[in-house]
Amino acid sequence: MVETPTIKISIRNFSIHFGDTTALKGLNLDIHRNEIFTIIGPANSGKSSLLQSLNRLNDLNPVYKKTGTILIDNQDIDTIDVESLRTRVSIVFALPFPLPLSIFDNIAYGPRMHGIKNKSKLTEIVEKGLREAYLWDEVKDRLDSPAMNLSGGQQQRLCIARILAVEPEIIMFDEPTSGLDPISTARVEETLRILKERYTIILVTNNVAQAARVGDRTAFLLMGELIELNETKRLFTMAQDKRTDDYLTGKFG
Amino acid sequence: MDIRTRIRKIREFIIERMIFLSAILSIIIVALIFAFLLKEGLSIFWRVPLSDFLFARNWYPISEPPQFGILPLILGSILVTAGAGIISIPIGIASALFIAEIAPRKTKEVMKAGIELLAAIPSVVIGFIGMITLGPLIKTIFNLPTGLTALSGSITLAFMAMPTIVSIAEDAITAVPRQYREAAIAMGATKWQTTWRIVAYAARPGMLAAVMLGIGRVIGETMAVMMVTGNAALIPHSFLQPVRTLTATVAAEMGETVQGGEHYAALFAIGIVLFIITFLINGAADIYLNKTKK
Amino acid sequence: MNVQVKQKIAFSILFFCTLLVIIPVLVILVIIFAKGISAIDISFLTEMPTNGMTAGGIFPAILGTLYLVLGAILFAVPLGVLSAIYLVEYSRENILSRIVKLAIVNLAGVPSVVYGLFGLGIFVLFLGFGASILSGSLTLGIMILPVIITASREALESVPKSFRIVSLSLGASKWQTIRHSVLPHALPGILTGTILGLGRAAGETAPILFTVAAFYLPKLPTSLFDQTMALPYHLYVISTQVPGIPENVRYGTALVLLLLVLLLNLAAIILRYQFRKRKKW
Repeated sequence: MVETPTIKISIRNFSIHFGDTTALKGLNLDIHRNEIFTIIGPANSGKSSLLQSLNRLNDLNPVYKKTGTILIDNQDIDTIDVESLRTRVSIVFALPFPLPLSIFDNIAYGPRMHGIKNKSKLTEIVEKGLREAYLWDEVKDRLDSPAMNLSGGQQQRLCIARILAVEPEIIMFDEPTSGLDPISTARVEETLRILKERYTIILVTNNVAQAARVGDRTAFLLMGELIELNETKRLFTMAQDKRTDDYLTGKFG
Repeated sequence: MDIRTRIRKIREFIIERMIFLSAILSIIIVALIFAFLLKEGLSIFWRVPLSDFLFARNWYPISEPPQFGILPLILGSILVTAGAGIISIPIGIASALFIAEIAPRKTKEVMKAGIELLAAIPSVVIGFIGMITLGPLIKTIFNLPTGLTALSGSITLAFMAMPTIVSIAEDAITAVPRQYREAAIAMGATKWQTTWRIVAYAARPGMLAAVMLGIGRVIGETMAVMMVTGNAALIPHSFLQPVRTLTATVAAEMGETVQGGEHYAALFAIGIVLFIITFLINGAADIYLNKTKK
Repeated sequence: MNVQVKQKIAFSILFFCTLLVIIPVLVILVIIFAKGISAIDISFLTEMPTNGMTAGGIFPAILGTLYLVLGAILFAVPLGVLSAIYLVEYSRENILSRIVKLAIVNLAGVPSVVYGLFGLGIFVLFLGFGASILSGSLTLGIMILPVIITASREALESVPKSFRIVSLSLGASKWQTIRHSVLPHALPGILTGTILGLGRAAGETAPILFTVAAFYLPKLPTSLFDQTMALPYHLYVISTQVPGIPENVRYGTALVLLLLVLLLNLAAIILRYQFRKRKKW
């Protein structure tokens, strides 16, 4: 008997348009609490657009239009104050974007914006974030040096630490290892598995093997449509739709 | 939402209102400038009909009865501006082509610095030097009673227009896509043929904007022109006579007027004319500049 | 004619034209330095003019110009930076932002003497500030507003988009993002523009003619509502209005004004260079 999972995010009949182009068509899906939900699909399948709608970063795009609803803990995200929404639903981008600040200030940026000024409290948050992102041992002696000097893999983990510092509920990863070498990739994937214990994780990737390694459930998107959604193992072993099978076996993508 | 967040939100709301108001301020200032010029200047047209003001041949503001015909001033401005244009447009465009396309990197930097330097010299300093060096030179060369003439004004203003013309034309030339040059060179054109037939041709709208902005600068220039043109408010017949421009008239005579009097209003009315001319020139130049950007 | 020969001739003509622009600049600088340097000493810079400006120093004119420039900057910088923030961070491509941009272009093109008329009409007379440092500063401030706005816009636009996205995605508000992730990185550019604006304000004569400048006032201003002498107007006066001023006093005054303006520009250039070298993105 499997216990019924709690639904964290509920996407209902959700479509995205940028001007005349449709990025996502009538999507319906639920994402469970404390799972790693991976989304795979070729370029332009609407994966990244979906992530940026979840924390309303798409609102910055003047030609962005959407229909349908997204609920988080049963609350429509349009009714949540956008700043607290973005605190709850964090995103790690494909490229690490360290701010041109020190390592410490990068991680303290979010908490400071939320009004935490106490130095010892900030120090505590920074250390905790860096430990959870498995970066602490590498940088603990040079927290004041520029974050731009870190290696690519370290920068990506810095970005994860920066997000953990604002205590989100959901962490979205948008192809987080596309620019990393295999060793750094393995470290990030390891981090994902541990983070899953306390956060709900959405992983967008165009690396099929990665989805197979870390995903609990996987959705396959193609041209803005949900083709198939299943537990990762099942999806990879017995895809129902021919297009899924073709994509997984490398016939296109 | 906690109280700190709420206070922060109120503060940000106020800041964002201020940002918006500051942006609107530019529009308000343009409107205010026009409104105040009209407020102080319009009354002259109760006394002098617009057509007389613009086309009567005599500017004798302090004789009895005064005559307010700005035709000699308009012609003075046109003459000086035309002269400055004839000198500065070809030289300015040529310099822009040289700096953008031909000069080696080091030379280019030095020349651009020189042009920035020229732009930085205050107009009154250029006027002073023009008056002291150029004036006597022209007087000797042409054997004139005075060297402070339309020609001196044109030469001085040509220099003052250079930084505008050169830097904007250079931007336009640099903005021409590299593929144009590569295609021309690949087809066997020489560097000069490419520069002249392809690059200069493609940069035309931007160069036109550069010329217009340069002309706008010349028409509006005040101090230098007042110091070197000799200031005779007569209808000019040649470049070798003293003339007086619209701007110089305002600058030179405002100090002697009675506030609210006819002469005072007439000078503000000249301001209206200047404002409209430069507004049209700059608006048109902006349209051409936007064209090059696309 | 051989195309290569043609090219040589054409290039030579272009080069000659460029020299025609550059050489007179050097000539002007050399003349003013050579003839003005003998007039400049400590007393010329720190004393009052005497004997109807034929002797003594130009201290009140220097101080007056510093006051005017300072006042103009205090007025123009906050407004200019805020309005650049609007254009870069808030406005979308619509009618309003088009009109704002057009207004700025036109402000940049309004003749300086028309600013003088405007300052006379609104500040001196309508608002009753009289011919005063306040009126002159405000007039100069409005005149350099487009310079500050344009420089600030460029500085803000050069800050990478990713800084804004990262900040917003961490739950910072729009203003917090601008304040902490954009402005600090645009600051050197804004400062450069401000210094260029300073140089422009220091050298302008026409806007202060009717709004503040005193012909001959050998005492220092004590309040915002006092008139004052100013360097560019003083140079105009002693070179055209008053006969019998010794030549080296004129050249000396021109040199002081030129040095002030050039030093400001030099500072801006150095700052810009340093900033480009240090830039990390």
